[in-house]
Order: sequence, then structure tokens, then C-alpha cells
Amino acid sequence: MRVTQGTFSFLPDLTDAEISAQVEYALRQGWALAVEYTDEPHPRNVYWEMWGMPMFDLKDAAGAMMEVNACRKAFPDHYIKINAFDSTQGWESTRLSFIVNRPKNEPGFRVVRQETAGRSIRYTIESYAVDRPEGSRY
Amino acid sequence: MNDEVPATVDLQALLREANVLDVLEALDRDLVGLRPVKQRIRDIAAYLVVSKARSSLGLTGAPPSLHMSFTGNPGTGKTTVAMRMAEILHRLGYVRKGHLVSVTRDDLVGQYIGHTAPKTKEVLKRAMGGVLFIDEAYYLYRPENERDYGQEAIEILLQVMENQRDDLVVILAGYKDRMDTFFKSNPGMASRIAHHIDFPDYSEGELYEIAGLMLAKLDYRLDPGAEAALHEYIAMRRTQPNFANARSIRNALDRARLRQANRLFAAAAPVTREALQTISAADIRASRVFQGG
Repeated sequence: MRVTQGTFSFLPDLTDAEISAQVEYALRQGWALAVEYTDEPHPRNVYWEMWGMPMFDLKDAAGAMMEVNACRKAFPDHYIKINAFDSTQGWESTRLSFIVNRPKNEPGFRVVRQETAGRSIRYTIESYAVDRPEGSRY
Repeated sequence: MNDEVPATVDLQALLREANVLDVLEALDRDLVGLRPVKQRIRDIAAYLVVSKARSSLGLTGAPPSLHMSFTGNPGTGKTTVAMRMAEILHRLGYVRKGHLVSVTRDDLVGQYIGHTAPKTKEVLKRAMGGVLFIDEAYYLYRPENERDYGQEAIEILLQVMENQRDDLVVILAGYKDRMDTFFKSNPGMASRIAHHIDFPDYSEGELYEIAGLMLAKLDYRLDPGAEAALHEYIAMRRTQPNFANARSIRNALDRARLRQANRLFAAAAPVTREALQTISAADIRASRVFQGG
């Protein structure tokens, strides 16, 4: 099951040229870029690992693409995303975030039903990938 | 179907289109002397226009390698020219952004194992789309210490210079003799740099002209006595140690301005616009250079 998350999530995966163009847009807006990766695809997992420091003083997309490619090389089968952070007062938050790399094989999620008091049921989802320990999931 | 290949290309039109002529003219106007350097820059600009024309006619051409080395004594205008170079390359479309990132060894080389690579990469990332200017590049290589991390920085630089040629242009700068030894001990670096440009020292007349330009930019002028004094000053300063061409002249003028301000204060009288602008002989003759220092 293809994980969809962030901006452009319902589009097909962006090509490198398209990623580069998006990064260029973010730089034009004065946003800082950061690369993050994870192998825990739960949609509520907002704590992805940082790949290096956020890049605050880039002028050109090639710099960010260099980091994306380095991260892909190190973690070819992880989810990798690019965040663009707007530091303007009042925003001070991520303005753009999209996935730039995903595992070849995404096993999807199971629904877990927990029976609680009074026959009511609590639902939760869990990725099949997290059955295995961190680092060997994909 | 409009991807037809045109039969001819107007080189002059390409040059005009790139708006590169005014940069070249500004270079001629603002920089005194440096004839060989200006000629080389014109050559490079012409070469870039031609290779652009070639590719528009569908002739194959690998993107030209534009990494350069600027050698010359201190104060001969290496950084200034590098800045113009970034502008020219930007207008001709060889670098996308045209900014100049100026670094020295400290910005590239780390202090402990594993510190160098991220540091160098950080700088390279910042320079992407522009020009990376490495001043006193020979400090990167310290043969006396075989565990020096400079070598690591050089290797990363080489890799990027080779693989991301269209993303950034690297300019190495430094004194001639030390750069020569640097290239001799780093053949990989030497072979990846296509353009070696040597910056000659300025003649006395050129230094005087430079002083004139600097003063004009700051809205100062010399009275006749000061003109003579400056001529003498330049002649004497040139023979002294630590002479750094235009930089020495700028410092001398800065000190003269200081003395002028002092003089105006000491006079304790209302000053005219004229007096505020004029540097007199005394301001220059008070220099250490005239006291045999």
C-alpha cells in the first residue's frame, strides 16, 4: 500500500527534476530546507530522523539535491522527505513537506481491534513493517 | 515542430543578449591595469558564447570546464575579479545564481576526524549555483603533516568539481609560487583546472590611478601638494616589505582620511564642503613611510 503523506501526496512520485523545481520554489520564498528519513511509516509519526542539519543558507537547489541523494544512498529503502521551513514571524513552521523516496515494497497497515469495557471496540492501525526491529524493516 | 536547427548563429547577438558586454566594460572601467587578466576573461567569455552557439546548432560539446586558478601577489584584485567572473558566468548562463562564496582553509577543514567532510560539504552546498572562491588554497595541503585533514577536503572538492561541473565553478587563489607547489603535489587538482590566470603587480602609475578611483568613489580629492606626496608615497611604499598593491594603497588612503579628520578637528573652525573633501599634502606626508619606517 502506497503511503501518502504531505504535499503532492496524491500525485505520482516526483522525478528528480520536479523535486529540484519544488526546492527551487522553496528557496525563492526564502524557506530553509531539511531532509528527514524514517522507516516507521505510521501517519501520526511526526518524529522522523534528521539527515544532517537544516540548510538555511542555500542559494540553489543543487545543494539540497546533493543531500537528498546522499540520504538515498545511505537509506535506499527508507521514506525520505524534504521539509521547507518558513522562519518569518507568524509562520515559523513547515510550509512544504513531501516524500522524495520510498521503499520498493510497502507492506501496508493492519487494523487492530481492542475490546474494551462494555463491548466497545477501539481501533488502531499498525504498519506490517514495524513487526521487524528498527533498521531492518524494509 | 519548432525544434529545427537554425543555419547560422549571430555571435554578437548572443553576446548582447547575455548582457555580458556591460560587465566586461565595467571590468575595464573599474579595474586599472591587469591587461592579461582582462584579456583572459574576454577569451573565456568568447569561448562560452561560442560553445553556446555550437550547442544551439546541435553540435556536440561537453559543458566546458570552468574551474580556474587565480595566482598573484596580495592586493592585485583576485577577489574583485572573481566577483565579476561570477557575474559574467551568470549572465552567460553557466552558473544559475551567480553568487560568490568566498572561503579559506578554516571554512573547509575540520579539527578532528569526521569533522572535515560535513564542513566541506556544507560550503559546497552553499556555493551550488554560483562560484566557490577558495582564497589561499595552498593551505589546504600541508605536506609536513600526513594526517592533516586538508587532504580530505581536497578529495571532496575534486569529486564535486568533476561530477557537478554544471552546478558550481571553483576558483582557487593564492600566491604564484605556493600555488605552483600546491598543484605539483596535487596533480588531480591541477588537471581539473582549465584556466590558470596570473595577476601581475601594478606599476606605480596604475597604483596612482587606483588611488584616484578609490578617492573619487569616496568623494574625496587631493590638492596639488597631496598629489605629489601620493606619487612619492607610492614609489617609496612599493620598495618596502609587506607591500600589498592596491590593498596597501587603500590602507594608506584610510589613514590619510583619518589624519584629515583630525586636522579639521584641530583647526576648531567651521569647515567648508571643500575642506571636508580635500586631502592635503600634510595628511599623506605624516605617514610612517616618509619617516624611513
